[in-house]
Amino acid sequence: MINTMECAVDAQSLISISLMKIHNSRTQRGGIKLHKNLLVSYVLRNARQVYIKEKYAEIYRMQQYEEVMTVCNEIQELNPLDLEAEDAEDEEQARAACCGEEVSVCGSPCHRGAVQPAAHCRTPGALSGCCLLEDVGKEPEPSYYRSCCMEAPPAPHCDQFPANSSAHCNKTTVLDLDTHVVTTVENGYLHQDCCCDALQCGQGAQSSAKKRKVEFGCCASDAEEAPDFTAARKRAKREDCSYSAPDYTDTSNISNLISIFGSGFSGLLSRQADLEQICSKQALASLGAWTRAIVAF
Amino acid sequence: MGEDAESPKINHTFLRDYVTEADVISTVEFNQTGDLLATGDKGGRVVIFQRETEVSLQWDSGEYNVYSTFQSHEPDFDYLKSVEIEEKINKIRWLPQQNAAHFLLSTNDKTIKLWKVSERDKRPEGYNLKDEEGRLKDTSTITSLQVPVLKPTDLMVEVRPRRVFSNGHTYHVNSISVNSDGETYLSADDLRINMWHLGITDRSFNIVDIKPANMEDLTEVITAAEFHPQHCHLFVYSSSKGTLRLCDMRASALCDKHTKLFEEPEDPGNRSFFSEIISSVSDVKFSHSGRYLLTRDYLTAKVWDINMDKGPVETYQVHEYLRSKLCSLYENDCIFDKFECVWNSSDSVIMTGAYNSFFRMFDRETGRGVTLEAWRESSKPRAVLRTRRVYTGGKRRRGDVGVDSLDFTKKILHMAWHPSENIIAIAATNNLYIFQDRVNPETQAQ
Repeated sequence: MINTMECAVDAQSLISISLMKIHNSRTQRGGIKLHKNLLVSYVLRNARQVYIKEKYAEIYRMQQYEEVMTVCNEIQELNPLDLEAEDAEDEEQARAACCGEEVSVCGSPCHRGAVQPAAHCRTPGALSGCCLLEDVGKEPEPSYYRSCCMEAPPAPHCDQFPANSSAHCNKTTVLDLDTHVVTTVENGYLHQDCCCDALQCGQGAQSSAKKRKVEFGCCASDAEEAPDFTAARKRAKREDCSYSAPDYTDTSNISNLISIFGSGFSGLLSRQADLEQICSKQALASLGAWTRAIVAF
Repeated sequence: MGEDAESPKINHTFLRDYVTEADVISTVEFNQTGDLLATGDKGGRVVIFQRETEVSLQWDSGEYNVYSTFQSHEPDFDYLKSVEIEEKINKIRWLPQQNAAHFLLSTNDKTIKLWKVSERDKRPEGYNLKDEEGRLKDTSTITSLQVPVLKPTDLMVEVRPRRVFSNGHTYHVNSISVNSDGETYLSADDLRINMWHLGITDRSFNIVDIKPANMEDLTEVITAAEFHPQHCHLFVYSSSKGTLRLCDMRASALCDKHTKLFEEPEDPGNRSFFSEIISSVSDVKFSHSGRYLLTRDYLTAKVWDINMDKGPVETYQVHEYLRSKLCSLYENDCIFDKFECVWNSSDSVIMTGAYNSFFRMFDRETGRGVTLEAWRESSKPRAVLRTRRVYTGGKRRRGDVGVDSLDFTKKILHMAWHPSENIIAIAATNNLYIFQDRVNPETQAQ
């Protein structure tokens, strides 16, 4: 669909650049330029499409990796090793942490279930966080349903699971093993928590779990006390470490912008025919409705 | 191309590179005879140049000198919406001349004004009750009566506003176009097109309205509009989606439904983040014959036959080498630049602007394009403009400019072509360049 190879900037940076443009246009002399903002919104939509596809592709890859790990474990079962117990525990937690977000469409339980040996008992219920994801043209098996809240396959020394994630079933967490960035999707706000330092991960489960516990604790309390946008701002500040472009560190403005815009921009949405509308409507809602500012005419 | 005349605006010779924002030219337009050339700038001023008719020396004929300068629009403020209204002149259009005076329409984002430009070269002298300075005479000193006579004086150009067409537009006006009937004109903003009578300022007719019931459903805006040069019932407007709509006012009062829709199917292989931006049409012009339409989007200029709506009949690549740079052009906002395009008098050549002070001409017969430069360092008066080239690969010639050395702050957005001769006016930021073709001064009629 969209050819991203020619673009030097990735989808996420484009999103932040575009939001910054929209934000700046509000203070420009002569009033908000409708034409320019409309074009910027198209870029936003395209970047979001690519970003979400990439994210899901990532999740798919991780799931495949986990598949491989599962098979490896089965093989290892024949030669029991010490790692087994840990793996089992981690994978168990992986399932548990898999909460269903808006379980809008939950298809059949994960295909993986079929290859899992009885020894590693995984409740289908835990896998209920399935989100319909028909990755267009990418996956070889169309019947493969992946959870959009898929947990990353457990690396031996990493604890990726927020302690309270099981308590908050409206939160989903993904750890990117490449960048060690934890991503949560909550209430439609797609944001990234602080980078999980590899060293920290190495230190063991406790410290990172605690660290994230504190973060989420903060988030949770903020969400309770203050309106959403304050919480979003606090979370956005933690995004700073994950944004590479120094020009756009003023994420508090961006997050304000995101939170102020509450509703969807259906005019652009209607052009999509696919899953994104289902799975990412919340993420979309946060990026849409910039017209609120523009309709200030 | 020979001559080079610079705009004698505010003299910044000692601050050569410093450009006041207000001096940036925002529109250029010849009148119907080509004797007058009007420019509008961001500061709301209009400068009119007149062509010298005296032929003292063979190569001095045709120089354009300043004829008049006036402040057309002032900065304004919309108190209801708490938004500033820029004084920048978006478009100037001349009315066909009907008497000794000249009339032009100038518009900013919200208000269109009709100006009367007239000359005064005589003045009455010999008043009975007033003296030479205009002071009232003491009646006791008057001993005789005299009849005032008209005496020639230095030429004075007077510019007076005759009409102010205000409160017609909620969004930013991007185009005005005078109808061939000589009585009406249209003005277009992002979502609506209004038709006005030149004599009536307190009302206008809305002829196109593409505002959706729910603004969140907005997918396209109007980017330019123009009346047909001969048929007073036809007009065309372009959209940000790259489509053109030809409308016939005889069909209905409200022309929301087009008579013809001109659209080129998108090439799915070329899809990128910025596909929508680069397909937005920035300018549309009827050919002098009225048969063809010329449009400009970010990377190309296209010629359409109004009898064929499936796609353009000709496509010219203006600066295809920028396709791989769209990302950085998006970051520095250059991708939103709106380039104009013009026909020559015989509709055989089209011209449009680019970056680095380059502008391009395309010969429609051969399909070949040439790149020229409007830059004071390289053009002296009466020097021949040499062609330039942007190096995009292959054998590099001397004088080629690399894509990465292009100066994107020097953009040629506005230009005009003399209605009957090969004289072009190019606006380069705050400078106006006028080039003449000495070899072929008159365009061969086809």
